[in-house]
Amino acid sequence: MSVVAITPDYEDYIEYRDEQSLYHGAMLVYVHWEEHISFVSAFGVPLPPGTPFGAICEIAMGIYGDHPDAARIDWSQAEWMIDDERATPDFGKSIVENGIGHKSLIRFWTPGLHGYQGTAN
Amino acid sequence: MTAKKLSLKQRYEFLTRDLDWEPSYQSADDIYPYDKFEGIKIKDWSGWEDPFRLTMDSYWKFQAEKERKLYAVIDAFAQNNGQTGVSDGRYINVLKVFLTGISPEEYQAHRGFAFTGRHLRGAGTRVACQMQSLDELRHVQTQIHTISHYNKYFDGMSEFPIQHDRVFYLSVPKSFFDDARTAGPFEFMVAVGFAFEYVLTNLLFVPFMSGAAYNGDMSTVTFGFSAQSDESRHMTLGIEVIKFLLEQHPDNLPIVQRWVDKWFWRGFRLLGIVAAMMDYMLPKKVMSWKEAWDIYFVEAGGALFQDLARYGLKMPKYADIATEAGEHISHQNWGLFYQLCHVAGFHAWMPDAEHLDWLSAKYPNTFDKYYRPRFEMWAKQEKEGKRFFFNGLPQLCSCCQLPMLYTEPGDPTKTCFRSSVFKGTRYHFCSDGCKDIFDGEPEKYVQSWLPVNQIFQGNCGGATVPEVLDWYKINVGVDNGDYVGSPDEALWNAWTAQRFSEAS
Repeated sequence: MSVVAITPDYEDYIEYRDEQSLYHGAMLVYVHWEEHISFVSAFGVPLPPGTPFGAICEIAMGIYGDHPDAARIDWSQAEWMIDDERATPDFGKSIVENGIGHKSLIRFWTPGLHGYQGTAN
Repeated sequence: MTAKKLSLKQRYEFLTRDLDWEPSYQSADDIYPYDKFEGIKIKDWSGWEDPFRLTMDSYWKFQAEKERKLYAVIDAFAQNNGQTGVSDGRYINVLKVFLTGISPEEYQAHRGFAFTGRHLRGAGTRVACQMQSLDELRHVQTQIHTISHYNKYFDGMSEFPIQHDRVFYLSVPKSFFDDARTAGPFEFMVAVGFAFEYVLTNLLFVPFMSGAAYNGDMSTVTFGFSAQSDESRHMTLGIEVIKFLLEQHPDNLPIVQRWVDKWFWRGFRLLGIVAAMMDYMLPKKVMSWKEAWDIYFVEAGGALFQDLARYGLKMPKYADIATEAGEHISHQNWGLFYQLCHVAGFHAWMPDAEHLDWLSAKYPNTFDKYYRPRFEMWAKQEKEGKRFFFNGLPQLCSCCQLPMLYTEPGDPTKTCFRSSVFKGTRYHFCSDGCKDIFDGEPEKYVQSWLPVNQIFQGNCGGATVPEVLDWYKINVGVDNGDYVGSPDEALWNAWTAQRFSEAS
């Protein structure tokens, strides 16, 4: 253990506060639209593991819908990254089948859309 | 014959000597169980120098005098309806941020110094820590008393203690002090006494107090001065602890350096809230965040660490990253407040044209290129009746607990993502600084109470935003949202109209 603690049994009392088991059967997933950082950060959403990947696009539209670029998103052209690896997700398969785990980060790029006036906003 | 009067120095020596007896029927290690486990080696506690040598009777006398002056000003301010004379109703939001985000930390500092004042075995150290503990308690009380006057007129201040424990952005200062107070006494002293009180304090107090003065808030200026007069003692304690630890044993250096690195970065992240306050919330501006950073950290901090180089202590890791971020963090954090003020206990607003030009002038390298377009886009949406609010819950950093909004060093168009996997679970960080802190003590930070994650786990009053706001004790439509259209604005406009009608 790397914590320098006064109690030798420190590890026995750790309360892990962000395990998947605490999310009532769901897992927390983070989604981020690259080159549109006027949105404060990636958003988090708890999803059942069997959720089809395609649902992510619908959820994302609920968050990003008001952006002037949002209506022009072509999801078939989007480029994806899951936990630092380039990915080609199968929209019909579940998020777990697409390699997503608890607290995975899904980033996507939308070719041709580079934010308000191309400023990544 | 009257007894000869003791000098202040003699009285101090008697005071500390009498607190410093040799225990006879208990071992010193049993009496002071906390001051060895961190690995800090102290050869000689009497090497502690306290240049103030303040005794309790003179301490009470000084503090009572300060209190008398402060409360006289506060009373006069109230009787003259000073609240109507501030620069603009928007200014009050600075006080809301201060009361909810800073004052509870004065209380946490009080608790922390009470602990170190009990558990460090050097008598001089104990006395200095106990006095600082009392100072911090005085600070939180005077701040609550001063700001309570504004609470009679403006919204968003009445539930500050509960909000400190619950509201998402207030977990940023809370977690900073929780982290320090759950460390050992020496780490606490380096965290709060040195990194916060010595290296970074001017960046907190000067902006708030000059801001208050520039904006006609004399009551806040007065509690600021009243507190600031204690700060010189606190700063002395902060620098003394560093020198003492480094002089006592060479093995202390790597431990102290690690703490300095850690607490510099945590302090820098926390002060980002002050950055947004300075650049965006003061109707009359004092100076920009970048100017303040250059004066108080780059110049003053640079000289300090040059001075400490003789002990082998280096500039905090990532100080250069923090300085580069000085061009960005205030704009990024105001963007956060602007789009999340519907779930906050204070108001945010769109800067006007003159304000945007001031920002362009103060940030010629970055503002027009990266941030002006962002505000233009939002202003356009406002005009179309679609004022933008972020419609989701943000991803939080597992160390500083801020939303993951900061950008890559060297590329302000790209969000910075870092992560670590510990015992099979992934944790996310906004920066290398925050990731390093987590990786240094993962067992500690896996226990963090991250507000957004706690909402998803069902621990914050319910699954919907109104339920969570109710649990936050945020009065929806009153405390939160844009300043424009708020009851605060209506009140301010009524006062202004009254002033004009009385004048004509």
